[in-house]
Amino acid sequence: MNFDFALIMTSIPQLLEGIGLTFQLWFLSAILGLLLAIALMLMRISGKWFLYVPAMVYIYIFRGTPILVQIFIIYYGLPQVEFIRESFMWSILREPFGCGILALTLNTGAYVSEILRGGVLGVPKGLGEAAAALGISKVQRFIYITAPLAIRLSLPAYSNDVISLMKSTALVSTITLLDMMGIARIIVSETYAPYEIFISLMIIYLILTWTTQKIFALLERRMNRHTIQ
Amino acid sequence: MNLPNPTPETVISLQDVDKYFGDFQALKKINLSVAKGERIVICGPSGSGKSTLIRCINRLEQHNSGKIIVDGNELTDQVKDIDAVRREVGMVFQNFNLFPHLTIVNNLMLAPRLVRNTSTEEARKQAMELLERVRIPEQANKYPSQLSGGQQQRVAIARALCMNPAIMLFDEPTSALDPEMINEVLEVMTDLAKEGMTMICVTHEMGFARSVADTVVFMDAGEIVERNTPEEFFNHPQQQRTQNFLKQILSH
Ligand SMILES: Nc1ncnc2c1ncn2[C@@H]1O[C@H](COP(=O)(O)OP(=O)(O)OP(=O)(O)O)[C@@H](O)[C@H]1O
Ligand SMILES: [Mg+2]
Repeated sequence: MNFDFALIMTSIPQLLEGIGLTFQLWFLSAILGLLLAIALMLMRISGKWFLYVPAMVYIYIFRGTPILVQIFIIYYGLPQVEFIRESFMWSILREPFGCGILALTLNTGAYVSEILRGGVLGVPKGLGEAAAALGISKVQRFIYITAPLAIRLSLPAYSNDVISLMKSTALVSTITLLDMMGIARIIVSETYAPYEIFISLMIIYLILTWTTQKIFALLERRMNRHTIQ
Repeated sequence: MNLPNPTPETVISLQDVDKYFGDFQALKKINLSVAKGERIVICGPSGSGKSTLIRCINRLEQHNSGKIIVDGNELTDQVKDIDAVRREVGMVFQNFNLFPHLTIVNNLMLAPRLVRNTSTEEARKQAMELLERVRIPEQANKYPSQLSGGQQQRVAIARALCMNPAIMLFDEPTSALDPEMINEVLEVMTDLAKEGMTMICVTHEMGFARSVADTVVFMDAGEIVERNTPEEFFNHPQQQRTQNFLKQILSH
């Protein structure tokens, strides 16, 4: 087999033309997904069945099915529904980009809500009781005690999910989007050099992963300075 | 020791209070009234319902029947503002329960700022005064994990005092502490007693009970078995169960 090292180097700049789209997909769905996750988590811990049952069903469906299937259902399936085509959502769902963001958001929201719930449940019950005993209201207890500690507990698992979301963005190349993966597939079809191109792509994704890990590690250190003796 | 006398005014009254956890009855027809300035020590074997009893007084647990009146407010489901009652009742826990992500001074400032809308400067001033009172002003800017157990418990007492409560509840405040740290916490509690604070204290520190308490209450299996002045309680326990209990803990 001929292995063309030069091609690895020359294809990287081409692939990087798609990094802007990768970042858009990644950051936008991370932020929207986090908001969705917070809402789902609050529903889940509300103690009211009409809130936690729908949240549980939602989480079960989105964690229990492949994200690729979810992307296809949103891209190919939703436009078939007349009432969606007539609603304001059509302007989003008409575009593959909108479909990609929607699919990634809905998927990551389900995972992250469970991570956050784990964090909330991990906060020692005694701290909430101590705050309650001081006359601090339920909402303020959540904001000032539970939430900050739950965030610290959730951070390691959350950073994994952010990285996994970054990798999932590659899947939207299947619905015609030209992110880095989409560009790679085009180059491969032109050069017939799948190894070199996909290895270049791996290098870029690895650098992104490494950088993300470092940033989260710094964040964790900063947030947990109170536990360092 | 010179301790102020309680006044006849009743600040806490429990009447026929029952508390169930599922089918298990943790409190059985509890009757107790506490006068302003009175210092009550509650003791009894593990699982006898001591924690449950004092947790019912600030409604961390909800009783199932009977009446609890705290500072003139009856605790019911309808109590619109349980938080208002809780402001009058400070609580100190066995495990300190300091907020680990806040510095000591911020642990003390949180409730006054959130609940009483005290200004930051005012809250800080008050917090520092209380830290002086529990003798650890120099720890103000550390985090709880950087303090010893005894120091943490003194901070927890100061934190409860920040809300100027009329009543203080203590749930085994020294039983998580190494022996050499117990006294520093008991000293702070004794200071409080001298200032006339109404106190209900679950503890097995019998020296503290003898010197500080007006009344010792002995609980077993969810009931108040015996109550008396410390002298009578320790020297002439009336009930068999009390005698057995005292024999056990005094032999240690
Ligand atoms: N949340 C709960 N759910 C179920 N049972 C409980 C709960 N809290 C307490 N109990 C039970 O109620 C009984 C009284 O508990 P409580 O904590 O009041 O005892 P205690 O006298 O404080 O004991 P200890 O000296 O061990 O602290 C125990 O049998 C305990 O198992
Ligand atoms: Mg107890």
